[in-house]
Amino acid sequence: MHKYANPTEFMRIANAVLPWAAGVTVICFMVGLPLALIASPADYQQGEAYRIMYIHVPSAWMGLMVYSIMAGGSAGFLIWRHPIAHLVARASAPLGAIFTALCLVTGMLWGQPMWGTFWVWDARLTSMLMLFFLYLGYLALGEAFEDPERGDKAAAVLALVGTVNLPIIHFSVEWWNTLHQPSIFTMKGMTISADMIWPLFAMVFAFMGYYVCILVLRLRSEILNAKIRNARSARAAQPMSATTTAATQGAP
Amino acid sequence: MALTRKTRRMYFIGLGLLGLFGGAALMLSAFQDNLVFFRSPSEIAANRPSPTQRLRIGGLVEVGSIAKTGENVTFSVTDNEHVLKVSYKGILPDLFKEGQGVVAEGTMGADGVFAAREVLAKHDENYMPREVADALKKSGHWQEGGAPAKE
Repeated sequence: MHKYANPTEFMRIANAVLPWAAGVTVICFMVGLPLALIASPADYQQGEAYRIMYIHVPSAWMGLMVYSIMAGGSAGFLIWRHPIAHLVARASAPLGAIFTALCLVTGMLWGQPMWGTFWVWDARLTSMLMLFFLYLGYLALGEAFEDPERGDKAAAVLALVGTVNLPIIHFSVEWWNTLHQPSIFTMKGMTISADMIWPLFAMVFAFMGYYVCILVLRLRSEILNAKIRNARSARAAQPMSATTTAATQGAP
Repeated sequence: MALTRKTRRMYFIGLGLLGLFGGAALMLSAFQDNLVFFRSPSEIAANRPSPTQRLRIGGLVEVGSIAKTGENVTFSVTDNEHVLKVSYKGILPDLFKEGQGVVAEGTMGADGVFAAREVLAKHDENYMPREVADALKKSGHWQEGGAPAKE
C-alpha cells in the first residue's frame, strides 16, 4: 500500500484508469439516459414523474459511497499518515456534497407533486440533510486553521465521526416509519419492474464513472499544485545558493 | 513488545468509533418514540392523545371510505387492525387514493375524528408499468398498499 504513497507512482495508475472510467461514463450515460427518460415505461401511479428517480437514486447512493471513501481516506491519513489517502478524501468531499445536494433537490422536486410537500422532517430526509452538512463541515474545517496540517487532521476526525450517520441514513426507512418510501431492495427481491431497474443500474454506473473521472482530474491538479509549490520554494531558496556558487567558483 | 505509533493510532480510532456507534445506538433507541414520523391507528386506539396535541397519523386509505363535499373530505385510515376517521379541508396530493398510504397532521377531536390540517400521500416502494399493475390485479396477486403480495 505504501508503494502508492508515492504521488508519481499513484498518478501513473490513476492516469491509466482515467480513459476507462471516461469510457464507462460516456457509454452508461448514452445508454442510461435515453432508457431512463424515454424508453422505460411510465409508472402505474406516478406516471412520468417517477423518472426523477433515475437521477435521485444514483445521487443518493453516490452521496453515501463517496462519504465512505472520504472516511476511509481520512482513516488512512490519521493512522498511517498516508498522503494520497488524504488527497483522495479531500478531493472527494466537494463531489460528495454535490451528489448529496442533487439528491436533496431532486427529492424535493419529486416530493411536491407526489407527497404534496417539498420537505418533511422525517428520519430519512433529516439524516440525508445531515450528510450534506457533514460534507460542508469537512470542507470548512479543513480550511479553518492557520496550520494546514491541523485543519487536515480536524477534518479527518470529523469525517470519521460522521460515519455514524451512514447506517442511520440507510436503515432510517426500516427502523422508523417515515414519509420516504423504503428501499426497492427487500429481502424478497426488488420491488421494481425489470424494465425500470436496468436504466437505473446504467445511471448508477454512469455516476460512478463520472466520480472516478473527476476524482482523478482533481487528484492530478492537487499533485501538480504540490509540485509547483515545492518548485517555487526551491527556487526562492536558489538565487542565494547560486551567488554563493558563483562566488566560490570565481574565487581562484 | 511496545506498540508502534501506527498500531496505537489504529486502536485509538477503532475504539473511538466503537464508542461513538454504541453511544449513537443507545441514543437513537432512547429517542425511538420521537423519531417516528407518524403513529398508526392502533397506536392511537391504544393511547388516545389529548385534543390539544398536534400529531401525525398514517396508514392506508380504506377502500370506499372517501367522501367529498366541496372542499371537505372525510376518509378512514386503517392499518388493517384499527380504523381512524379523518376529516380534512383542502387540496389533496396526486397520489392520494384508496388503498394507498397517507400521512395526516392535525389533532385528535373529542368525537374520535382526526381533524387533519395537512394531508400527505405516502408513496410505497413499488415501481411498475401500468400493464404490469393491471395484470397483477387481474390474476389476483394484487394487495392494496403494497402491490405484489409482500410478507
